[in-house]
Amino acid sequence: MDLLVQLLDATIRVSVPLLLACLAGLYSERAGIFDIGLEGKMLAGAFAGASAAAVSGSAWVGLLAAVAIAVLLALVHGFASITHRGNQIVSGVAINFIAAGSTIILGQAWFRQGGRTPALSGDARFSAIELPGAEALRDVPVIGTIYSDLISGHSLLVYVAFLMVPFTWWVLFRTRFGLRLRAVGENPAAVDTAGISVTWLRYRAVICTGILTGLAGAYLSVAQNAGFVKDMTAGKGYIALAALIFAKWKPVPAMFACLLFGFLDAASIRFQGMPWPVIGKVPVQLINALPFILTIILLAGFIGKAIPPRAGGVPYVKER
Amino acid sequence: MAEAAIELIGINKSFGAVHANRDIHLEIPRGTIHGIIGENGAGKSTLMSILYGFYQADSGEIQVGGKPTLIKTPNDAIAVGIGMVHQHFMLVQNFTVIENIILGAEGEALLKTSIAKARSELERLEREYGLEVDPDAVIEELPVGLQQRVEILKALYRGAEILILDEPTGVLTPAEADHLFRILKQLKEQGKTIVLITHKLREIMAITDNVSVMRQGTMVATRKTSETTVEELAELMVGRRVLLRVEKGETKSGGFKLSVKNLTVKDSRGVTMVDDVSFDVRAGEIVGIAGVAGNGQSELIEAISGVRRAVSGSVMLDGKPIDVVGVADPGELRDRGLAHVPEDRHHVGLVLAFEENENSILGYHDDPKYLKGPFLDIDAIMADAKEKIEKYDIRPGNPKLKTANFSGGNQQKIVLAREMEQDPGVLIVGQPTRGVDVGAIEFIHKRLIAMRDAGKAVLLISVELDEIRSLSDRILVMFAGRVVGERGPDATEGELGLLMAGVEHKEAAE
Amino acid sequence: MSTPYAKLPGWADYGLIPLINLLVAFIMAGLVVLLVGENPLRAAVILVDGAFGSGQNIAYTLYYATNFIFTGLAVAVAFHAGLFNIGGEGQAYIAGLGVSLVALAFDSVLPWWLTFPLAIAGAALVGALWALIPAYLQAKRGSHIVITTIMFNFIAASVMVYMLVNVLKPAAEQAPQTRQFLDGGQLPKLNFILEALGLSVRSAPLNISFLLALVMAVFVWALIWRTRLGYEIRTFGFSPKAARYAGISESRITIIAMMISGGLAGMMALNPIMGDQHHMALDFVAGAGFVGIAVALMGRSHPIGIVPAAILFGMLYQGGAELAFEMPNISRDMIVIIQGLVILFAGALEHMFRPTIQTLFASLSPRSMGIPAAKTGGA
Repeated sequence: MDLLVQLLDATIRVSVPLLLACLAGLYSERAGIFDIGLEGKMLAGAFAGASAAAVSGSAWVGLLAAVAIAVLLALVHGFASITHRGNQIVSGVAINFIAAGSTIILGQAWFRQGGRTPALSGDARFSAIELPGAEALRDVPVIGTIYSDLISGHSLLVYVAFLMVPFTWWVLFRTRFGLRLRAVGENPAAVDTAGISVTWLRYRAVICTGILTGLAGAYLSVAQNAGFVKDMTAGKGYIALAALIFAKWKPVPAMFACLLFGFLDAASIRFQGMPWPVIGKVPVQLINALPFILTIILLAGFIGKAIPPRAGGVPYVKER
Repeated sequence: MAEAAIELIGINKSFGAVHANRDIHLEIPRGTIHGIIGENGAGKSTLMSILYGFYQADSGEIQVGGKPTLIKTPNDAIAVGIGMVHQHFMLVQNFTVIENIILGAEGEALLKTSIAKARSELERLEREYGLEVDPDAVIEELPVGLQQRVEILKALYRGAEILILDEPTGVLTPAEADHLFRILKQLKEQGKTIVLITHKLREIMAITDNVSVMRQGTMVATRKTSETTVEELAELMVGRRVLLRVEKGETKSGGFKLSVKNLTVKDSRGVTMVDDVSFDVRAGEIVGIAGVAGNGQSELIEAISGVRRAVSGSVMLDGKPIDVVGVADPGELRDRGLAHVPEDRHHVGLVLAFEENENSILGYHDDPKYLKGPFLDIDAIMADAKEKIEKYDIRPGNPKLKTANFSGGNQQKIVLAREMEQDPGVLIVGQPTRGVDVGAIEFIHKRLIAMRDAGKAVLLISVELDEIRSLSDRILVMFAGRVVGERGPDATEGELGLLMAGVEHKEAAE
Repeated sequence: MSTPYAKLPGWADYGLIPLINLLVAFIMAGLVVLLVGENPLRAAVILVDGAFGSGQNIAYTLYYATNFIFTGLAVAVAFHAGLFNIGGEGQAYIAGLGVSLVALAFDSVLPWWLTFPLAIAGAALVGALWALIPAYLQAKRGSHIVITTIMFNFIAASVMVYMLVNVLKPAAEQAPQTRQFLDGGQLPKLNFILEALGLSVRSAPLNISFLLALVMAVFVWALIWRTRLGYEIRTFGFSPKAARYAGISESRITIIAMMISGGLAGMMALNPIMGDQHHMALDFVAGAGFVGIAVALMGRSHPIGIVPAAILFGMLYQGGAELAFEMPNISRDMIVIIQGLVILFAGALEHMFRPTIQTLFASLSPRSMGIPAAKTGGA
């Protein structure tokens, strides 16, 4: 039981950045803008967040900085792919490199700790939140353990991430903005003829992507860890992309995909070098590659079919 | 005459060098159905897009309800009560009917209230006009007729008093089209003004009150439908063009080269474009297929030449079958002596980014005469290209020049030279002179006649009736995917025009 | 990938605009240098000196350039078929298996000049096979090749860690790498060429793979512009509809072009493994697969552009290392930024300055902006 709770607790922690980045990608891709630059925006956000938190001593300032820089990069992507109708893949790749390089260069120049930012403590970091009644319920069997040890005791951003799931669902399917966002990713001409600006709508979508990748980055460096380490996203942006495809661009399945991929990650650390329950010894590398392998199998259409938003990746040009 | 719902005064619009609308004046009385008719490319759709704010006129004035109105965006059009049903529906395929209807007209930030409002409004529209549709159905699961109804409902929901329909029956079955006409009449009775853009004379005669004819960007006439005839409209539409008669002798037609039997082809949406078509082409004759664009001619030649798969039917080339339903390979058909000048030379017949000499081997690039082992024999290709340039008078005569830098006529000559110089037994030609200057037209026509006189079988499709009449030894007319008649080269323009418009006429049938 | 735009003179199209894009990318990089408190001009001087200041430095520059020629060519071949191969990194990484297995098997029995061709074949084959799967999935099942090649990069990384840790590492060793190759698995250095030119090279890893890279540049040129296959690849890349009309099979071209691309990326593994380290270690590709994207975009997918672009990036790598000595605030990761900026301005924003330049040209010489036919009519 303890082992399971620990494993699930770890699953939640590692799933959060995936989930935030995955939902970030959802806004952009649902609006028809492919974004393989989630990784770079998250990384830049993590760096800006940790730097600002270290300098100001406030986690909140860090959070704002993380969001600001990620939105800025999202706008660069928008400028290239919406305004200049550039290749969205190329633009995403570029942003990933710019982020990867500048976080190291600036980190070294500003803090001289080999690409790290100073360790954060106290108010400079989001600490664990004890939910009301967690202590009192701790001794209740099962439910108490789940509530006190699994659900309670995470940082604010963990709760934000999971609340973003129903919120995103609500935005997408219950608001005017969501309706238009989904429409512009499927048929921008329909949106245009309905008298709505395709450009402005898509810019708003990439801004949403920027905000959420900023939160993901801040979680990594200001909540989960106590500072920025070079290349700390380590491919999480791409796993989030895989999860997004795996979830067929839907918010609730996205959460489950991220939890699944997070669980694989947590379990691979937990059982490193040890035999797994039931299946026995599994190379950790196989577990690491599993999110990607599963996504490819899905993309190949062997388990269901992942149909991306119809207008995805194609710049909108008013037809003659 | 009733008060004008819309008046257009001196509208001009150019796209680059193309003058799509030239000094258009038009008055549409309120509460009427007004037809606008013309051939493809006559400028009808451009004019309506200007009215709907999708494009802006270079000059001219629009008056709505007697007041000069600036329409810069679709929003402005919607605001003054203009709604449009586009030829290609502007619907989000995986949305429900109600989601599509409220898109852009939600009213509030939250959908709940706007959907509720739309639901009751839909019920009202349904009652008033008999426009039944399940508001929760997903668009892609609806038949096209119902999808179009959603488009109409979209416009009405936005309070449209003037409804523009662009080629609304193109995708409909005859029964669906009849239903649409009943709806339009009902809308008219409720006081709405309908503008119907079409190239089908039958529709104009069936439901319009007035009709305006466009030709080559100008408005050539407006008539009361009750005071005109199909013959007059057909003539106005086609115009009296200077006939480019080509000298040609009697046909000495020989055996069957190409036999098409019961060919049926569907497009990517699953709409039947070629419907059970059969015909033969003999050696030494030109068979022309006349028809207004979009009646299946394109799909017909694509299927025969292996570019598009057919659903059923068979094609024989020199007595041996072509696998048109399975895996007909254009390369293999070329080897068997079937050459194809495609309709769309910019995207299909040529690679515009290539040098001229590279395009002069497209499709024949596996011919040993252009190869040295796996390598291209550049010297042979250049020599060959130069020879063709000489023979077909392609200008500028530089085989190293990018193809995009040649004029339309010279580009077409590059394609023709390539296909004809392979000495094919059968030549399929689509729109050989579209966008080609007058000098080149004559040259191309002479070449086609020379092919015929050399005993080749030529299948020609063209939307230019003159071209069909002056070149063909036999004329087939296609309408709605079927061959609706066969005529000799002496058939009159009016006779063919009626067939092309889908009008079964007594005299025409004989 | 390119859309035809209104006409500009050829030299503006192929020279001026790419040059402006590149210049803007470097100006932006200069701003980053300013931001970390260093003088960008001085940095540029140190960089160029570090790259070309001595025979030793030139040899290093060319050593790095070797990697980028291979990966740049790989990306370019796929571009010509209208495909975006983001998987060069993974293809090169996994191809290390082909190289080291050949070297491990034959280094004790064959001289290098016999091991080398076998290793080339091994590298190309493994790289090509790794590209085959995404290509097949795109051609037959419609899976987006960009996404699948990204995924294959990660899968390759996992496979290689597993192979190095669990299979190839000698039991007695600690570090996850293969055993050191014997003489038969080591490629000869090319430093003598530079020395023959009067430059002194102490010990630089420039090796015969550089010549192979140049041969491959010629090979790619011949393939793309001189063979029937290349003709088909370009036709398909420019216009899939025209390819269909010409009887060129879409899936065949997709698969062949991607395999050639993967094979070229794979050959990159020869340079560090057999040419320099003489063993295979973790992460020997070190981003060269991604640099290939920048190189191909900058070189406009033509070997004549790719080789200098690769040398420029080689210069940035080598000069960047020297720069890090002189300016402690700048590390070699500066190149990653430049790479990103080049991809952004030469790739995603390649048409940003075009309207301005067109307006400029139009105001300078209205005649050169006429309708294409009019412009060339008299030629």
